[in-house]
Amino acid sequence: MAIKSLDELRKLKEQALKRRETTQSTGRVQVIVPMGTPGIAAGARETLKAILESIETENLSDVIVRQTGNSGLDEWEPIVQVMVGDQPKVTYGKVSAERAKRIMKEHVIGEKIVAELVVPQ
Amino acid sequence: MLHIIDIVQNSVRAEAKTIQLIIKEDLQLDRLSITVQDNGIGMNEQMIARVVDPFTTTRTTRKVGLGIPLLKAAAEMCNGSLEIVSAPGQGTRLTAEFQRSHIDRMPLGDVAGTVLTFLVTYLDIHWLFHYKVAGREFIFDDEPIKQELEGIPLTEPTILAFLREQLEEGIKEVGSRE
Repeated sequence: MAIKSLDELRKLKEQALKRRETTQSTGRVQVIVPMGTPGIAAGARETLKAILESIETENLSDVIVRQTGNSGLDEWEPIVQVMVGDQPKVTYGKVSAERAKRIMKEHVIGEKIVAELVVPQ
Repeated sequence: MLHIIDIVQNSVRAEAKTIQLIIKEDLQLDRLSITVQDNGIGMNEQMIARVVDPFTTTRTTRKVGLGIPLLKAAAEMCNGSLEIVSAPGQGTRLTAEFQRSHIDRMPLGDVAGTVLTFLVTYLDIHWLFHYKVAGREFIFDDEPIKQELEGIPLTEPTILAFLREQLEEGIKEVGSRE
């Protein structure tokens, strides 16, 4: 990678560190998207992309996004699981890109569970 | 790119520490190849036969997906082929080759977006991405970036934007200009 880009990266790192010092973090948010074959077939890739786009457009710090294998909930794919701080994990089903953005807004930013999209237990 | 996601998942499941994704386009020979190479646990010959053709090979308890047979079918439909080189403890290299101009060849799609999602969602894996077109090459290695960031998540918004830009520009620069 070019030196110039590494310089740029260094600046972004300092900004991120500063931001971490000044903002009161509510605790780390984890977003998990199962990307097994059923998930991918149902469109999990678009869902995951929408989540990453959301982080950029809404400027969200402290969100970790992970993918996993099959969820075991094939008929509910694409699945998205959200954990905010030490709150229990919430599992959402049939999460289109559009719905993923809504979950990011209402649950991750607004800290309010989107009840109608939660997979019934 | 849907196939690639599936294949890469296999490498992740094989406990790979390093995964390389190599896309090569040869305009003169009209070939396009996609290689996924990992340093995971590898497979013996029986296992290779099974992942390539799960329906005609002896069934055993170990679960295998359909990602590889589907990719093989897609490659063969486009005058291409699929090759797997692997041995236990030696990692796995899978290459799918296509006739580049074949009408049935699926477009590569959003390569930058796909690579980006791998990088930021599998943080413990060292990712290398090579894109070669007609002698030009773009190499993306996430190790120096992760070292520089010292634990700051790649999903920080400014860093995501940075990574996306790096990948998109690199791919555009070497990409075919037709």
